[in-house]
Amino acid sequence: MPMVDIQNVRKQYAGGFEALKGVNLQIEEGEILALLGPNGAGKTTLISAICGITMPTSGTITVGGFDVVKNFRQARDLIGLVPQEINLEPFTKVIDAVRFTRGLFGKPKDDALIESILKRLSLWDKRDNRTMELSGGMKRRVLIAKALSHEPRVLFLDEPTAGVDVELRRDMWDVVEGLRQDGVTIILTTHYIEEAEAMADRIGVIRQGEILLVEKKDSLIARMGEKELIMELADPLAALPGALSDFDLVLSEDGTCLTYRYDTSAERTGIATLIATLSAQGIAIADMSSRQKSLEDIFVGLVDEHGEDAA
Amino acid sequence: MNLYAIGAMYRSEMSRFFRTIMQSFISPVISTSLYFVVFGTAIGSRIDQVDGVSYGAFIVPGLIMLAVMGQATSNASFGVFFPKFTGTIYELLSAPVNFLEIVIGFVGAAATKALFIGAVILMTSFFFVDITIAHPLAMLAFLLLTCLSFALLGFIIGIWAKNFEQVQLVPMLVITPLVFLGGSFYSISMLPPVWQVTSRFNPVVYLVSGFRWSFFDQADVPVGLSLMAIAGFTGGCMVVIWWIFKTGWRIRS
Repeated sequence: MPMVDIQNVRKQYAGGFEALKGVNLQIEEGEILALLGPNGAGKTTLISAICGITMPTSGTITVGGFDVVKNFRQARDLIGLVPQEINLEPFTKVIDAVRFTRGLFGKPKDDALIESILKRLSLWDKRDNRTMELSGGMKRRVLIAKALSHEPRVLFLDEPTAGVDVELRRDMWDVVEGLRQDGVTIILTTHYIEEAEAMADRIGVIRQGEILLVEKKDSLIARMGEKELIMELADPLAALPGALSDFDLVLSEDGTCLTYRYDTSAERTGIATLIATLSAQGIAIADMSSRQKSLEDIFVGLVDEHGEDAA
Repeated sequence: MNLYAIGAMYRSEMSRFFRTIMQSFISPVISTSLYFVVFGTAIGSRIDQVDGVSYGAFIVPGLIMLAVMGQATSNASFGVFFPKFTGTIYELLSAPVNFLEIVIGFVGAAATKALFIGAVILMTSFFFVDITIAHPLAMLAFLLLTCLSFALLGFIIGIWAKNFEQVQLVPMLVITPLVFLGGSFYSISMLPPVWQVTSRFNPVVYLVSGFRWSFFDQADVPVGLSLMAIAGFTGGCMVVIWWIFKTGWRIRS
């Protein structure tokens, strides 16, 4: 049974705008799923529908087997949510804000746990500060501490590192890694591809309220991944010899570097033939490196492709 | 019942009250004292007695009602509006709590604060006038019901309001006039006949009258009618709140 099971969820707002157009998505226990998508794709709406902030127009969602509408108590008990906006009561002390959330989720007071969460997020020294006295990054940490205060089994991180400095981003990744080891299921939305690449097991791409694909990160990169072979030449070339015209080659402007593009999933990469042809032409190679296409390149390609479909 | 959640909401609301304890406490004491000076002493010295009660004492129940209704409404409306304003309402919506628990937490806290202020004003009045309370239990019951029902009203206003102006609007434009015209400072029988009839449509008249009855054993309207009025008002507010949560009006899109 998936930890989060989303079946045919549609959401139409009162104005008629359809934010989700029949979303199906299954998230397994203990995995980290990154939802990628441009602004306005429906990422936040989807999370809001799961967490009970917005009501889906149709479709069903279960968390841990519990329907989020009919059995909302059992379902929400399992869920922690770190919202995208920094929403904090300004006059409350950090520690009280975190205790409040734990109580709200029906859990008895546990100061040892709160202390460990605050320490883990480097907030312990700030525990008696009012939230309005904190910097933006610190406020973001408070939101995370609040979400963790009731020991959720599923954690939603909605754009967790938007506008956050490098240090906090690293800290956050560490926290996420720790949660993964505890078996917590994590769904994060982001438009920082590197974040998805660094953390996620699977990647879902959402655009205009539809899930375009969900796939294991590695296989996604491998399947769609083109590689580039970059060859530095011993002697610059003025132009590409005619014998090389069959290959997908680009010569750099100064003539010192050849770039060859190939598909790792193709039956033949053509590298062996290329090297043989080069040496037959008397072109000497000084150095070689290969580079995998990043998720970002894939993502941009995917969204553009579907953008053309829609147009 | 998620009792921990009710406790968390209640404590969080009360902590705002205690953070501003000076203004919560001092301002009703000062304004009540001013009322006693102006109405009780300056004007009251020219009014002999109302229904056999000295004017200074006569206005005490009205003064308490005036403050309690205003405080219960504004505390509850602000308490609910503030999370909407700061965005922290997401937490209430995504927590395993139902509407009844949210209402108990927020309305309970607002009613507690109003009750506290009502008690402070009553204590203050002992310094100015001699009062004996004829029906202490009924007095307490009226006070509690008023705190509760106006906190419920405030809760509705807080959800309805889209900005701070609207939060202030209803207490200023509706409640204050109704309370002033509701016999807080006079007996309805002192009015010309036309206004006596008109006053019957003012719900506050029934509350003030019933509350005053519990002090002096005399009332403008029968005490049973007062009880029915406040019970009806409380019930009406509860129905509206139930509808709000059922439809998600202005809270859950």
